[in-house]
Amino acid sequence: MSAESGGLVVEGVRKSFGKSEVLRGIDLVVAEHEVVCLIGASGSGKSTLLRCVNLLEPIDAGRIVVNGEEITAPRVDVNRVRRGIGIVFQAFNLFPHMSVLDNVTLGPRRALGMSKANAEAEAREMLGQFGLAEKVGDYPDRLSGGQQQRVAIVRALAMRPRLMLLDEVTSALDPELVAEVLEVVRGLARDGMTMVIATHEMGFARDIANRICFLDGGVILEQGPPDQIFTSPAEERTQQFLARIIAAGRM
Amino acid sequence: MTQPDPGRRSRILLGASGPVANVSIAVVSTIVFLVVVTLAIVNSPGWETVKASFFNASEARETFPLVASAFLLNVKMFLIAEVFILAFALLIAILRGLPGPVFFPLRALAIVYTDLFRGVPTILVVYLLGFGMPGLNLTGVPTDPVVWGVIALVLVYSAYVSEVYRAGIESIHPSQEAAARSLGLTRAKTLRFVIIPQAVRRVIPPLLNDFIGLQKDTALVSVLGSVDALQQANINSAADFNYTPYVVAALFFIALTIPLARFTDYLILRERRRRQAGGVA
Repeated sequence: MSAESGGLVVEGVRKSFGKSEVLRGIDLVVAEHEVVCLIGASGSGKSTLLRCVNLLEPIDAGRIVVNGEEITAPRVDVNRVRRGIGIVFQAFNLFPHMSVLDNVTLGPRRALGMSKANAEAEAREMLGQFGLAEKVGDYPDRLSGGQQQRVAIVRALAMRPRLMLLDEVTSALDPELVAEVLEVVRGLARDGMTMVIATHEMGFARDIANRICFLDGGVILEQGPPDQIFTSPAEERTQQFLARIIAAGRM
Repeated sequence: MTQPDPGRRSRILLGASGPVANVSIAVVSTIVFLVVVTLAIVNSPGWETVKASFFNASEARETFPLVASAFLLNVKMFLIAEVFILAFALLIAILRGLPGPVFFPLRALAIVYTDLFRGVPTILVVYLLGFGMPGLNLTGVPTDPVVWGVIALVLVYSAYVSEVYRAGIESIHPSQEAAARSLGLTRAKTLRFVIIPQAVRRVIPPLLNDFIGLQKDTALVSVLGSVDALQQANINSAADFNYTPYVVAALFFIALTIPLARFTDYLILRERRRRQAGGVA
């Protein structure tokens, strides 16, 4: 894996909130164009790991390398680093005071310095690709959850990131809206986007991932190709977790 | 109270059993109330004296144009002070929200400022600046008491308004900041494009509340001797031994504050409609 040049390398990352250590030494390598799904119970550290990779949370120990650059080194320009990494949140986090178009163009215009005309032209094109052409002038409150999440994905993509982080992007959606968002993510995977996806959608993870990582207690307990993890997991904790998922009918 | 249930929904919305019944009840109760109050006042033993000294029609006609032109000074002071307050208070609120130990001095300064100017009575600040600053005889320092009166109002009201802004800024969910920062926006740009626009929309009603207060407090500047509506009313009332000019001045203040209140209601409504109706950007 040529992970030092493209992709993501996470080495020995630790993170505590107060007295509770959420990440206890995470090691993870994601090659360029690879899709890695993080699974595990709530509180296992999936979201925290993604937030650390996007530098939204400072880490306590270890290092993170993105596209060959150590982004956790001191004096790194966090704003420049974040421009190259897209993140999509569980709760969409769209800007409610801005139209869909302004949500999407904010980053390109204010962080990349793109002209208004260029940014809007690109945004309209991308929104069109994702079936949102009609919604350009709407405010987020007026959209369905699925539409909002697709806008959030376009907002992240508008920065032309080389790495996308998806943090349980379907967990806040009504069941009938999950499919439209997952379809968008599948499209990104087909286009070769490097992605790290925290998810509870096991069927989706199995479909889309090149590799599954099972997080438990702040470490990656087990990882491997989907078939191996879902059919013959080696670790007892992984087996228990998957058994609970199957019992809940979410497989 | 407990009627059969078909009207339940409208009772919840309107507080009684239906729109028509509601309006007629409101009209009748208002008329009864007004009649009782009017009769009580008009039949009070001192009414004739009060009427002559507070509600004298010819006195009102005579002083109206004088108070009106003096009131222009209040309007001018209010408008100028408001512009500076809006900007200065936002600066204070932003200083107070700066993160990290490096900015401790600026944060502390903002806190001391708001504590100080919210703690001292406005009229004292007006006196101290209005008489003190010109008294220094410094070159370049304005000697017009009105200027110092306005500066005093700006200092006092900025302390209040900065707290209003701060409440608005703190009410914006941290996930909004995370979303903006994740796009690579700097902290300053996040504040400017994401946090402050939302915060200001949220605090428009309390902001207006402070501005109504400001409008009335422009009358305090009259203690420095400038002839505003209150001072003009003072002059006329003393000359004619009649309090009607005060009532005239009061009407002018009311005439300014009520439209302002309705205007804010309109702004809030428009914002809500725009966000919920989507469409035209």
